[in-house]
Amino acid sequence: MSLSLRRLVALCRKESYQIVRDPSSILIAFVLPVLLLFIYGYGINLDANRVRLGIVQQDGGVEASRLVQTLQASPYIAASLSSSEAAMRQQLQLGSVRGVVILRSDFSAKVRQGQGAAAIQLLTDGAEPNTANFVASYVQGVFQLWQAQRQSGQAEPAGLTLEARYWFNPTTVSRNYLVPGSISVIMTIIGALLTSLVVAREWERGTMEALLSTPVTRAELLLSKIIPYYLLGMAAMSMCVLVATLVMGVPLRGSLWVLFLVTSLFLGSALGLGLLLSTTTRNQFIAAQFALTAAFLPAIMLSGFVFEIRSMPLAVQAVTYLIPARYFVSALQTLFQAGEIWPVLLINLLFLLLSAAFWLGLTAWRTPRRLDGN
Amino acid sequence: MNPSMTASTDAIAIRLQAVSHTFAGRPALCELSADIRRGVITGLVGPDGAGKTTLLRLMAGLLKASAGSIRVEGLDPVMAGDALRLQLGYMPQKFGLYEDLSVLENLTLYADLRGVTGAAREESFQRLLAFTDLARFTERLAGKLSGGMKQKLGLACTLLGSPRILLLDEPCVGVDPISRRELWRMVSSLADGGMAVLWSTSYLDEAELCGEVLLMHEGRLQYSGSPQALMDSMQGRSLLLQDIAGNRRQVLQRALRSPAVIDGALQGHAVRLVLREAGVLPDLASLQAGPDARLQQVKPRLEDAFIDLLGGGPGGDSPLTEHMPPARLPEGVDADAVIVAEQLTRRFGDFVATDHVDFRIRRGEIFGLLGPNGAGKSTTFKMMCGLLPVSSGAARVMGLDLQQSASQARQQIGYMAQKFALYGNLSVAQNLEFFSGIYGLSGARQRAAVADMVRVFALHPFLSMNAGELPLGFKQRLALACALMHQPPLLFLDEPTSGVDPVSRREFWSHINGLVDKGVTVMVTTHFMDEAEYCDRIGLVYRGRMIAAGTPDALKAMVVSAELPDPSMEDAFIALVERDDRQREAT
Repeated sequence: MSLSLRRLVALCRKESYQIVRDPSSILIAFVLPVLLLFIYGYGINLDANRVRLGIVQQDGGVEASRLVQTLQASPYIAASLSSSEAAMRQQLQLGSVRGVVILRSDFSAKVRQGQGAAAIQLLTDGAEPNTANFVASYVQGVFQLWQAQRQSGQAEPAGLTLEARYWFNPTTVSRNYLVPGSISVIMTIIGALLTSLVVAREWERGTMEALLSTPVTRAELLLSKIIPYYLLGMAAMSMCVLVATLVMGVPLRGSLWVLFLVTSLFLGSALGLGLLLSTTTRNQFIAAQFALTAAFLPAIMLSGFVFEIRSMPLAVQAVTYLIPARYFVSALQTLFQAGEIWPVLLINLLFLLLSAAFWLGLTAWRTPRRLDGN
Repeated sequence: MNPSMTASTDAIAIRLQAVSHTFAGRPALCELSADIRRGVITGLVGPDGAGKTTLLRLMAGLLKASAGSIRVEGLDPVMAGDALRLQLGYMPQKFGLYEDLSVLENLTLYADLRGVTGAAREESFQRLLAFTDLARFTERLAGKLSGGMKQKLGLACTLLGSPRILLLDEPCVGVDPISRRELWRMVSSLADGGMAVLWSTSYLDEAELCGEVLLMHEGRLQYSGSPQALMDSMQGRSLLLQDIAGNRRQVLQRALRSPAVIDGALQGHAVRLVLREAGVLPDLASLQAGPDARLQQVKPRLEDAFIDLLGGGPGGDSPLTEHMPPARLPEGVDADAVIVAEQLTRRFGDFVATDHVDFRIRRGEIFGLLGPNGAGKSTTFKMMCGLLPVSSGAARVMGLDLQQSASQARQQIGYMAQKFALYGNLSVAQNLEFFSGIYGLSGARQRAAVADMVRVFALHPFLSMNAGELPLGFKQRLALACALMHQPPLLFLDEPTSGVDPVSRREFWSHINGLVDKGVTVMVTTHFMDEAEYCDRIGLVYRGRMIAAGTPDALKAMVVSAELPDPSMEDAFIALVERDDRQREAT
């Protein structure tokens, strides 16, 4: 494979003109990422910050009132109080509260007898298990706090107290891990979806035939597609990192050069996949459909970005090992939240490298020099 | 142009020996042998699907031949691709331009790719921009150029690096006749400078001008050599039957029944005939062409020779004529105004695609809208079918306004769309069933209608084949069958015979002539000049307006001058368009 710098530069320049003049590529590369970042950063919130909790207080005793006060004082709970259980159940059905705590009329009495835990009832909305778990654990936490206070008030030393502490994301803000994850989705869109169109477009418009009748080589053709879109991807990445850290306040604890390395490797496999689809289908519509199913959906569903891989069925877990986004998400979340944890990063880098080599190699092999294949 | 003649000065630039090519088992080219010389334009001539593009791609090294040998400048185009690419200029269909790049950016890209740099580039750009007259438009995006300008830019990009061989794939498709003539002049001057030029076309009139032709049909070479020699061999066999009294379509039909006649077509008010043998004339009395009718020898055309090579044209009798009932008009419909356009106008933003067009079409008349691509034919046509709302004015068929009762009106219309809008992945039988169904036929009537069409158009052997795999001529038959299933009194044809071989085209028009005799009214759009000869009247559409209307002979008569005593339809078209341009500039 010979390479002429003049021809390569000419082709890259042509490609950049086309990117700049095509409003849809600018839209996909710069507007869509910002939109997605804000949707994942602010629109989707997996925290149960200030969950709406209904409290049915049927007992006027001191112990019950203390517990209610403790619940109301919690920064994680927005409590509304009622004495009617039926009314609160209705609220739960409507979804205006996420859980209901019921304190029966004999609560204070039972607490004094030492049976407090048995007398408290918590109803949560099982239709949203994630939120239900949050509600349960928050209420549990408050209940323990209340017990601790009660015991310390009685000057009885507590046997054991559990103090929860979250590492890496101490405030457990879901944005901090959703935003790095969404960057992987954005890079997939730019890398695979955008490039899935470019070679097919040349076939559809008949320009590929004209190119192939000039002295261009296979390497020049391939590089002229990879280089401009790699640069576009890196530009979009820089923008995403700036928006994430400066505007959205997501911490970045790893170093920029590792981030650059990880992104480059991931872009390698995304570009390779996009170009391969474009080259083999020679049809923009089909290539884009394939890119959506083969790259975009797995990046969302199987990368561990939203849905935790360990909670997937084993067969699906096995499939995730084939998805480059899986390694990218893991590397990004590590870099943003924890910093350079090399054992984690190295394994991800290794798999990203293999994946990039595989897809780019396959594309190089499938890039034709004639109309009838190779 | 002065292509460097340093290498081989051999007169033969390309040599083909027993070249065959198959795509997935389907033969596209069969045992083709020919030599292509320098210094002339060689026409690669044939209908769509003849194998022209495949052959050009083989020569350009873009495909590898399945069998046989190709030598371009003595080299194998695939093995010696790198050496040949600089000597060979190949312009694919659609010209291979980047529409979102400007004229200059396109030129610069191809100059870089072809290694034209430094002072040589400046010199080439100046020379080519002057040659193609594009110097004023260097900053314009290629996508914003007219068809003719795109074609010239495509040529300029192909000529960078001064190739010794020029391969042009259908350079004139979608280009108006004026630009066609201009391109021809430019390419002729290149050939005169010693370049070998291969020009592929499906227009036989264009091919007549070539120095040599390769006539192709269904992947086989029918003739190679000078078109003039081929036409000379037809000497004495082409006749014009003039001064006909009575129905000229029926005269043509009777003439085609004569064993002495192998082909015939309408030409204005006259009938053009090709004899099986020079000197053996059909019996004039049996043609019943009236007392003044006379046969006169005329210059043979390449088309006459091509049809002769293919074994003669079809007979003039269409089985459709026996099958179709006479088209009757409902009460109260004026037989002189079955189809009417009144001040018909359509705007797209600032752009006026159809500009105050008027015409009325009589029952049993063939009316043609003739004009280059982009002139507004299709827009007018779509409004007449009720497919596009009008901006102002009115479109009526059978007294029904297409704005108010489009679906009622459409029931009266048989519509055959451009490129035969069939379902390619449905079988022939399924297409027939589907189209009869959407026109409201069901049960026994539907079965009868489908069976009739299968019989009339001889579709039986193809019933289970997918429509997409049919040869072009049969696609056209199937499309016509689908349009006629509900026996409409009106037939709308949009570019009905584009790219179809001349024999299928003849056959198609014999069906149409048969329908017209039954009182069916036909409206047709075409950019084919000789197709316009079949029309009773023609409306010439140019830049959205109808700049002239009348019978083909009347249009030709409008432009008769000392230099042009016997103008062809194309001459008439060009002269009328230029006249219109001058009038526009004056006002």
